[in-house]
Parts: sequence; structure tokens; C-alpha cells
Amino acid sequence: MLTPLFSSKLLIVLLFGTLFGLILGVLPGLGPTTGGALILPFTMTLDPLSAIVLLTSIYCAGTYGGAITAVLINTPGTPAAAATCLDGYPLAQKGEAGRALGMATVSSTVGGIFSVIILVFFAPLLAKLAYEFGQPEYFALAIFGLTMLSSIGEGSPIKNLIAGAFGILISTIGKDFMTSIDRFTYGINELSVGIGFIPVVVGLFAISEMLTQSTLLDQVFKRVALKAVKLPTKDDYKKTWKTILRSSGIGSFIGVLPAEGGTVASLIGYSEAKRFSKNPEEFGKGSIEGIAGAEAANNAATGGAMVPTLALGIPGSATTAVILTGLIIHGVRPGPDLFREQPDFLYGIFGAMLIANVLFFIFGFFGAKIFARITLVPNKILWPMIFAVSVCGTYSLSQSIIDVWIMLFFGVLGFFMRRFGFSVVPVIIGLILGELVEGTLRQSLVIFDGNWLMFLTRPIALTFFILSLIALAFPLLRSKKQKK
Amino acid sequence: MNNVRKQKRANKSLPFFFKDEFKVSFIIVFISIILLISTFSFDIVPPILNRGIQPATFPKALLILIISLTLIIYYLSIKNPWKIGKKLPKTFFLTLLSFLIFVIISKTLDFFLAISVLSIFVSYNWGERRIFYLLLVSIIFPILVFIFFETILGLRFPPGIITNLYYY
Repeated sequence: MLTPLFSSKLLIVLLFGTLFGLILGVLPGLGPTTGGALILPFTMTLDPLSAIVLLTSIYCAGTYGGAITAVLINTPGTPAAAATCLDGYPLAQKGEAGRALGMATVSSTVGGIFSVIILVFFAPLLAKLAYEFGQPEYFALAIFGLTMLSSIGEGSPIKNLIAGAFGILISTIGKDFMTSIDRFTYGINELSVGIGFIPVVVGLFAISEMLTQSTLLDQVFKRVALKAVKLPTKDDYKKTWKTILRSSGIGSFIGVLPAEGGTVASLIGYSEAKRFSKNPEEFGKGSIEGIAGAEAANNAATGGAMVPTLALGIPGSATTAVILTGLIIHGVRPGPDLFREQPDFLYGIFGAMLIANVLFFIFGFFGAKIFARITLVPNKILWPMIFAVSVCGTYSLSQSIIDVWIMLFFGVLGFFMRRFGFSVVPVIIGLILGELVEGTLRQSLVIFDGNWLMFLTRPIALTFFILSLIALAFPLLRSKKQKK
Repeated sequence: MNNVRKQKRANKSLPFFFKDEFKVSFIIVFISIILLISTFSFDIVPPILNRGIQPATFPKALLILIISLTLIIYYLSIKNPWKIGKKLPKTFFLTLLSFLIFVIISKTLDFFLAISVLSIFVSYNWGERRIFYLLLVSIIFPILVFIFFETILGLRFPPGIITNLYYY
């Protein structure tokens, strides 16, 4: 599994990706998704394996990096670290920041490695199953992905569905792939090739975040002092090993579902840790189990989310949507054929994720103090620089200024979407899946002579549609249960 | 939290067309209807060549879905108003204005001049007053970015009053 990585170039990429991911993780507002989007244009200069190794190492390390700020300044560096704040910061306030970060580091590493093992075993199995899929099955699967995202993603399910449909609508801009008829181009030549992924991704994540940061300038962070990260004691391990394993399982499972992986996983991991704990009253006051539960789960979601991304081409989280974009722009089509034709490529990714988990353990353990200092870089200096990189990166892809306008447009749109409770992640996933949804629908109709009912005669497609209905009904049932 | 509550209370006393829920839903529906109308002007594939559905059918279905879902969220918002954050500060509008300035300068004068102007504008309005840091974000960093993209990535930037000094 590690053989493809035995090249100095890939190891440097991996090292850089892990360090960069950690830096992104500790900076509130950035994180692996925005950071991945920012670095995406630069990956064009790399070969496909190096590019994806870079993105996946950013993903793994960035997810862990969020815990450092969650513990030290009570602000999650990434949304997935929100649950870590609940116990990490109170423990740090008691003068045990080193212990809290030690537990976060160990449980993140265990969760991450556990999920890579799941990825290695389950992704090929899922890919094998996908050999049975025809056009109708892929259509049903894409619909299932979108409904899952809306039902267990953040925010209102209906708003998520609107955002997903909007993402698919964006993918229809340009020449129709079956008939070459222009759609929504309004005579603008640049639009006839469609809207690229990168301007939308950078706009929705980086530029909209810049606008969000412009509203948060009065925020003051109180940083807890950190002497050194301490390895958990024997007593801590005794208390938490079951929690870490349980959360690793939960995180991997949630990650596999096409949704906002780490964030949901850490919340469930945390609440399950509380439910099974002998001392649930300690949760929220600095419980070491709480940190272990949240951190193991969010890092376990990384490998889990890569399962559908690689096996089916359906992203399992926002960051895997960026990784999927990276695969597509490098001409790699995820799915069962990838497993048959390019096993070395895949094992390179699996190995990189494994090593990234070990690397962030080392960097986190010895360098958390330095990474924590990065949070001191003021936004008034950081964000103009991020803007310059975003603009040049977006321009670099097709050397088109129109792409920069599109990026700015989606940045402003993304800000208002977030402000009014619409998640931007479904837009990206809709945009990525748009061609698949429309293409498989239209090709299915061609194959089955325009018979819409044929979807119901295909068992796998029917199963996905039923699962989609369940996914749509789930939030309704949940809110009814909460009311009771 | 208090701000959200205050906003909610203020929202309740407003006529429906001033409420954020109505304004957002109206904008979505309005734009969707315009786009829906424009789909009727898409070329039609002659029946003899048509396989499956017409190119306009899928976007039409999506737009109808978006309109229907928006009407549902508006209906639901009557019972449960949205939680909307505090009023947007001046710095937000200044940042938005800087984007507009960026577009104008990059279109008329120079791409890198536009980046520099935006950087200094944003940094200053976000509270930076130290000259060194203002120079860092507006001149030193854009030059480093330019060198990186130009020499390492081999990118050619659009011509402009400053970029031309380098190219010619």
C-alpha cells in the first residue's frame, strides 16, 4: 500500500500537505475545505497522484488542526471541531490544556487510522457492487446522495435541497452535452463551456468566508496558555479506549454516508460518549471522554467520506467534494473502473492518508504550541493575502478574467446564502453531481424508450429511491420526536 | 443571542413584505421565474433527432422544484421565523465595495493594481494602521504572488499599466 509513496517528491508533497492542513485547521474560518479549494488551482502543476495526495493530507491534518483552537481559544478551527470545544476549553481553563490536546491528538490519530482501514476494505467492495450499476442506478444513487445531504447536513433540509437543486442548475449552464444546444448562455461566449468548478468552489468557500470575517472584526479570542502537549495517562486510556473505538466506528459510518461527514460525526460521537459514560455529569465541564468521543469521530469521518468518493464518485463531505473536483480536473474519473485500472493510484491515496495521520500526530504532539501561535495572525493581514491567492489561483486555470468575476459573484452569493441559513455545501455537490444526474436520467430515458416507470422495475434503483424517501422523511420524524 | 432575539422581535412587528423570509423567498422565486421563462427560448431538437427529453426540460424541472421548495420554506417561516444574525456592520459593506473597485480597476487599469488596491483598502478598513503591514499586504505580497505564478507556474497575466512594465 505504501510502495507508490516511496518517492521523495510524494513524501515532500505529503509533508507539505500535512503542515499546510494543520495551519489551515487552526485558523478559524479556513479549514481543510476552504484550504483545499484555495490550493486546487496549484495542483494543476502536479501529476494526479501528487495532487490528490496533497489534498487528502490537507483533509486529514486540517480536520485534526481544528481541535487545537477548539481547546486553546474555545473557537473551533473547523466546524467538525465544534464538539471538542465543549470539553476541551473547560479542561484547558483548569490548567490542563496539554492533557486535553494530548487526548485530542491520540484519539484523532486512532480515529483517522481506523477509518483508513475501513476505506481500504470497503471502498473496493462498494466499487465491486457498483459494477452492477447501469444508468438508472447511478441516477438513483445521485438523487440518494443529494437527499442524504439535505436530511443530515447542517441547517434546514428544504433549504439544503434548494441549494442542491441550484448546484445542479449551475451545471446545466453552457452547451447541452447531448445536443450541443446553448443553455443559459445569453450570448456570452465564455459561458458556452459552462461554469468551472474552481471559481464556484473558491467563491463559495474562501470569498464568502472573507465577507463573513468582515462582520466578525470585533471578536476577541482569549487564548489559554499551553506549556506542552502531554500523552494521555494510563488512567485516561482506561477511561477512554472504548469511547475512542466507538467514536471511530460511528465516524467511519457517518463518513460513508453522503453528507457533511465530520461535523455530524463529531456531534454524534460526543453525544454517544456521554450516553455510555459512567460520569455523564462531567461532560461540558472538561471531560476527557468528551474530547476523545468528538475527535475520534471527526477524524474517522475522513476515511469514511473517501469511500463513496472513490468508489462511486459521490462525495461524502464538503472536503471530499473538493477532492473529487481535484480528481475530475486531473482527468481521473472515480468509480469501479478506477479500482480495476489504477490500483496503484488508489493505494497511493490510501497510504498517503495513513501516513498523514501519523505525521499530524507527530506535528501535533511536538508543534501544537507553534501552530497555536498562528491564530495570532490578524485577519486584517491574513484575508487580503488569501484574496490575492484566490484571485490568481482562479485566474490561472483557464487564464480567464470571467472566472474571477464568477468567483466574486459566488463569494457574495455564498455569504448571503449562509446568512439566511442555506448551506453552500449542497451547491458544490449539486454542481459536481449535476452532469451525472442529468446525463444518467436522459440516457436512461433513451435506453428505455422514454419509459419513466422503468426506474421502479430496477431493484437497486428502486432501493435507492426508497432510501431517498426515508432520508427526506427522517428530518420530519426527528422534529416530531423532539416535539414529543 | 440577544441580537438574534431582538432581530426576531423586530421582524415580527414588520409587515410581511419587509420581513427577511419574504424578501429572500421573493428574490429566489423572481429569479427562478425569469430563468424559467428564458428556458422557453432554448433551441428545440427536431422530433426526428430527439432522443429522450428536450435540453430545456431538465432545467425547467429544476426551476419548478426550486420555486415549489421556496414557497414551502416561506410558508413554514410564517410559523417559525428564521434566525438571522445581527445587522451587517460597515466593514462588510466596505469589503463589498472593495470587490466592486477590484472589478473596475482590473477591467480598466491593471489586474495586479486591482489586487493591491483591494488589499490595502480591506486591510485599512478592517483596522490595520501600521504602514509596514499595509505595504506588506498591498505591495510585497502581491509581488511575491506575481513572481510565483509568473515564473514557477508560467502563467501570463492580463496586460495592464503595471503588468506591462514587466512584460515589455
